[in-house]
Amino acid sequence: MSLPAIAVKNLVKQFGETTVLHGIDLDIPQGKVSCLIGPSGSGKSTLLRCMAFLEEATRGTITIDGEVLGFSESAQGVRERLPAATNRAIRSRIGMVFQQFNLWPHMTALGNVSEALKTVHKMSRKDAEDLAMAQLVKVGLESRAGHYPAQLSGGQQQRVAIARALALKPKIMLFDEPTSSLDPELTGEVLNVMRDLAAEGMTMVVVSHEIGFAATVGQQISFLDQGKLLFTGAPSDVFRKPRNPRLEQFLDTYLDRGASMLV
Amino acid sequence: MSLKLFELLLKASLYTIGISLISILIGFAIAILLSGAMLSGRKFFSAPAQIFISFFRGVPLLVQLLLIYNLLPVIGINVPSIVAAIVGLSLCTAAYQAENLRGGFASVPRGLIESAEMVGFTPGQAFRRIKVPIALRLTFPALVNEAILILKASSLVSVVGIVELTRMAQDLAGSTFLPLEIFASAGLIYLVINLVVARAGGLIERSLPGIPR
Repeated sequence: MSLPAIAVKNLVKQFGETTVLHGIDLDIPQGKVSCLIGPSGSGKSTLLRCMAFLEEATRGTITIDGEVLGFSESAQGVRERLPAATNRAIRSRIGMVFQQFNLWPHMTALGNVSEALKTVHKMSRKDAEDLAMAQLVKVGLESRAGHYPAQLSGGQQQRVAIARALALKPKIMLFDEPTSSLDPELTGEVLNVMRDLAAEGMTMVVVSHEIGFAATVGQQISFLDQGKLLFTGAPSDVFRKPRNPRLEQFLDTYLDRGASMLV
Repeated sequence: MSLKLFELLLKASLYTIGISLISILIGFAIAILLSGAMLSGRKFFSAPAQIFISFFRGVPLLVQLLLIYNLLPVIGINVPSIVAAIVGLSLCTAAYQAENLRGGFASVPRGLIESAEMVGFTPGQAFRRIKVPIALRLTFPALVNEAILILKASSLVSVVGIVELTRMAQDLAGSTFLPLEIFASAGLIYLVINLVVARAGGLIERSLPGIPR
C-alpha cells in the first residue's frame, strides 16, 4: 500500500458552537477518483475545503503525500500553525475547482490561466501564455482565450477554471461541487473534462451531487451524513448493495428522480 | 446678456473645475489611507479613521469650510483662502471616498481570493493582482458620483472668498440686474461640466477589462 495522496486524521471542524465534522478519518488513494457524497449540510464541502486548508480544522490533521498541511498536532493535541511559506509549498501540489468557478473577472480566459505562472512562478509572459494556451486547448477552449469570464457560459467558465488549476501541474485535483451552479445541459462538458483527467490517472477528490458520475468514474466513494463519515468503499459496494440505512435512503432520493439508469 | 458676462462666468468656472479636480485627487489619496486604516483590523488605526470619517461626513461642508478658514490662523497657520478651500473640500470628499473604497474592498468575493491562494499567490500578490483591481472597478461608479457631488459642492467655497462660478454669478447678478439670465447661464455651465464628467466616467467604466459591452 503506497502512501495515501491525502490522509485525513481525526478531523474535527467547528463553526462556533456547531460541530460540522465529527472526527473524520479518510485516506485518499493515489491516482484514483474519490467521491464525497451525502446530503446538503453533511459537511462534504467543508471536508474538501479543509483538505485544501481553505478552512482551518479545529482538531486533527491533513497530510498531503506524507507532509502535514496547515497545522501540525502533537500526541498531546497541541496544535501549531506551520509557516505560511511551508503551507504554500505543500498546497502547490493541490489544484482546486470551485462551485462558483471563482475566475477573476478582470482577466481574460488566457489571463486567468497564465496569471499564476507569471506572478508566482515568474515565467516570461510568452512562456506563461504558451503553456496557458496548451491548457485551454486541452479543455477545448482555445477559441475563447481572449474572452472575459462574463462573456463565457458557466460550463466554459468552469473549464477555464480547471485549465487554470491544471496549468500549475498539481498532483491532486479537488472539485467542490463543480457542476452544481451550472444549467443541466452544461454539466456534460465539465464532466467530460473531468473524465479525461481521471483517465490520465490524476488523483481526484470530487464533492458532487452527480451520482451518475460518482458511480461510473468514482473508484472510492465516501458517504457523509451530519458531519460523520458513515461509509467508504468501492462504487459497487455503495451503489449495488448499500447496507447502511442512511446511505440507502440518500440513494433512494436519486433513484426516485430517475438516476437509476446511470447506476 | 452680453458675451462678456458669459466669458466671466466661464473663467470663474475654471476655478470650480480646478478646485474640484485637485480636491478629488487629494481626497482619493487620503481615502486610500483611511480605508486601509479601517480595513487593517487594528483599533490603533481604524479608530482615528472612523472618527475622521464621522466628523467630515456628519458636519455640513459649509461649517467645515468656515471652521478651517477661521481655525488655521488661530493655530498660527496663515494660508491663502484657496488653500483653505481645497483643504476643506479634500478632507470632506476623502471621508466619502474612504467609505466607497472600504465598501469596494469588502465586496470583492472571498472566493476570488481563495482561488488566488490555491494557485500559490502570497497575500500581497493576491491583494495587488486581484483585490485592488476588482475593488477599484467596483468603486469606480461611486467615484464618478462623488466627483459630480464635489463639483456642485464647490459652490460653497465662495464663503472663504473664492470667486468661483456661483460667486461670480452672484456678483454679476447684483451689478447687472440680470439675475435670471446669469443664474440660468451658471446652471447651464454646471450642467455641461457634470454631463462631461458623467460621460467620461461611463466611457472609462466600459473600457475597464471584464465588463461586457
